[in-house]
Amino acid sequence: MSILVGAETTFIVQGITGREAVNLTRECLDYGAGAKVVGGVTPGRLGREVHGVPVFDTVKQAVSHHDAPIDGSVVTVPPAFTRDAVFEAIESGIKLIVIVTERIPRRDVAQMVELAGNNGARIIGPNCLGIIVPDVIKMGGIGGPAKDAAKAYSPGSIGVISRSGGMTTEMSSTLTAAGMGQSTAVSIGGDAIIGSSYAELMPLFEADEATEGIVIYTEPGGRMEAQLAQWVGENNSRLPIVAFMAGRFMDEMPGMSFGHAGTIVEGKEDTATEKIARLAEAGITVAEEISEIPALIQAKIDESKS
Amino acid sequence: MRFYEYEAREIVRRAGIPVTEFGFATTPEEAKAAAEKIDGPSVVKSQVLSGGRMKAGGVQFADTPDEAAAHTADVLKIEIGGQMPRGVLVDTKAEVEQEYYAGVVWDGTAKRPVIIFSPVGGIDIEQVAEEQPGKVGRRQISNLLPLTGFEAKEVIASTGVTGSELNKLVPIVTKLAQLFIANDMTLAEINPIGRLPDGSFIALDAHMEMENEARGRHKKLLAELGVGDDETREAREPTPFELAGEAVDSEDHRGVAGNVTEFDGNLGLVIGAGGGSLTLFDAVRAHGGKPANYCEIGGNPSVSKTCGLAKLVLQKPGVDKIAVMMSIVSNTRVDIVARGVIKACLELGMDPTEKIAIFRIPGAWEKQGFLILDAYGVEYADRSVSMHEAARRAVEKIGAGS
Repeated sequence: MSILVGAETTFIVQGITGREAVNLTRECLDYGAGAKVVGGVTPGRLGREVHGVPVFDTVKQAVSHHDAPIDGSVVTVPPAFTRDAVFEAIESGIKLIVIVTERIPRRDVAQMVELAGNNGARIIGPNCLGIIVPDVIKMGGIGGPAKDAAKAYSPGSIGVISRSGGMTTEMSSTLTAAGMGQSTAVSIGGDAIIGSSYAELMPLFEADEATEGIVIYTEPGGRMEAQLAQWVGENNSRLPIVAFMAGRFMDEMPGMSFGHAGTIVEGKEDTATEKIARLAEAGITVAEEISEIPALIQAKIDESKS
Repeated sequence: MRFYEYEAREIVRRAGIPVTEFGFATTPEEAKAAAEKIDGPSVVKSQVLSGGRMKAGGVQFADTPDEAAAHTADVLKIEIGGQMPRGVLVDTKAEVEQEYYAGVVWDGTAKRPVIIFSPVGGIDIEQVAEEQPGKVGRRQISNLLPLTGFEAKEVIASTGVTGSELNKLVPIVTKLAQLFIANDMTLAEINPIGRLPDGSFIALDAHMEMENEARGRHKKLLAELGVGDDETREAREPTPFELAGEAVDSEDHRGVAGNVTEFDGNLGLVIGAGGGSLTLFDAVRAHGGKPANYCEIGGNPSVSKTCGLAKLVLQKPGVDKIAVMMSIVSNTRVDIVARGVIKACLELGMDPTEKIAIFRIPGAWEKQGFLILDAYGVEYADRSVSMHEAARRAVEKIGAGS
């Protein structure tokens, strides 16, 4: 099993005729059993095809062509048009939206997230690479071309959640090399406000029988780790968690942001040191190096089973 | 991006919130003219982006315009937080009966702006929250519904403020929240709001920060305030090395080879991407290495751009070797980065075998990349070597060489 997506998930790509979106579509069609990319949207390009996927002017046209509700959308349009694209997807009944676009102002993101919440939809991202269920489906650029993704990701029982797209692959590849596969890996995005935080995805992993443990990649900036620590404290979760914290050097450089927009430290609670302490207090093991993660999570899983 | 106080004051004024008569001056003569307009006692405040102005002597009180001019001459000479003032704000010295706090910030967990209000103003709000939690009101606001006023009313009333005070404060706090939203701010704060003897309210000091990503849609406001496109307003001014890094990155539109930040070590870093760079920089330091710089490669930059970045790092005084490392890449091509860094060495008359301590970039086109590295005798590693292990090897090599 998996979270968010599965073999039957249908989705569209908004902005499908853009150079990166064309590649992304190819990658998703090629990976695993082949994603059900049932359409693409680029205004003014009705009637074209991208790798055999029909292109429409509106999301409604795509839905009506598919003749059934469409589960998801991967949004790859430029930052100035992203809010419009996401509102259109939500109003067209789409329930899972992966926003790849970077550099979207917070207010726009917050508006999209609020509208999604009002309509029972979920947003992953922005500034993310999407979701992968190893050997089954990938929704987004995560892991790159199908053959590269197949090399890094393998099916198994570890849920991966990461604020960095590239590090989602690095950590999964490390797990794969140690013989530990992944149930689902989610690149949640590197911005200050994102659609789904760790704590917001935990209930899904908790309900997924295939998942036995969670590995997260985290950075300075924001309160998402504190929120996760609180969630763990309040919910008697069956899932052990191992975290890796990058950007520890940033504690010495307040007011500067590195890596991702969301790393800007706006208060004492946002620092790496403070976050590591919070996570540890909640019983989450914080790894010093990526290579330690497989052994740490295995030990915690064994402990929780015994 | 942080605004200077005089800019923040202007933003507040434009939002229709009453402010004291004020002027911005860069010379004693201008300050004198501004003080004459105020027609009464004035305050001369240094315009810097850091705090601690009062302690540093950057705030002076003047009874006459001549005194304001003299204070300005002094204040302009005082460096505060490593920064010379951009000018001074000449402000009315207002007689206030009580000071209040109002601010709007983002709550990243709730994903909504939150209005914060306190009848205890003029001091740090975090201190008030700690010492008198009952005196701080908070309320999230919707991202979708227009602000109509009751939101601010609820926050203010929750702190025990009522009567005409409440009714006069509601429009001020509502306008503050509206300007926060309309201008894509990440922080909009008036501290203090002062109550004057006649019972009216006035904004006395303001602090505003705009989201960098939104600067493009506030070009008109920024131009009118005189904020240049190239003003980063980061915690510190970019160094010449960092500016050269920006020049390399803007050479063409393909990919990123930027966010170059200067450090004073001997190991040059050509690293990527966002999370990978953070991890690798930590890894080098964890093994006792001293990075000469931070940077981020991503999105498949051209050979010439990668070469430009590598050259910049290789030529930085004090750099003995460079380490070329990334997390597994799926978009950026290994062979392109390999060609770029080798070209940089060769063009500078350096031996790639000697200068490149390690090359650890696994992923897309790695076979082709490793072939190139083999040809030049550069030590490289695939994904079986962890990021931390690669960093350790680089540090070890540079240790042996110096």
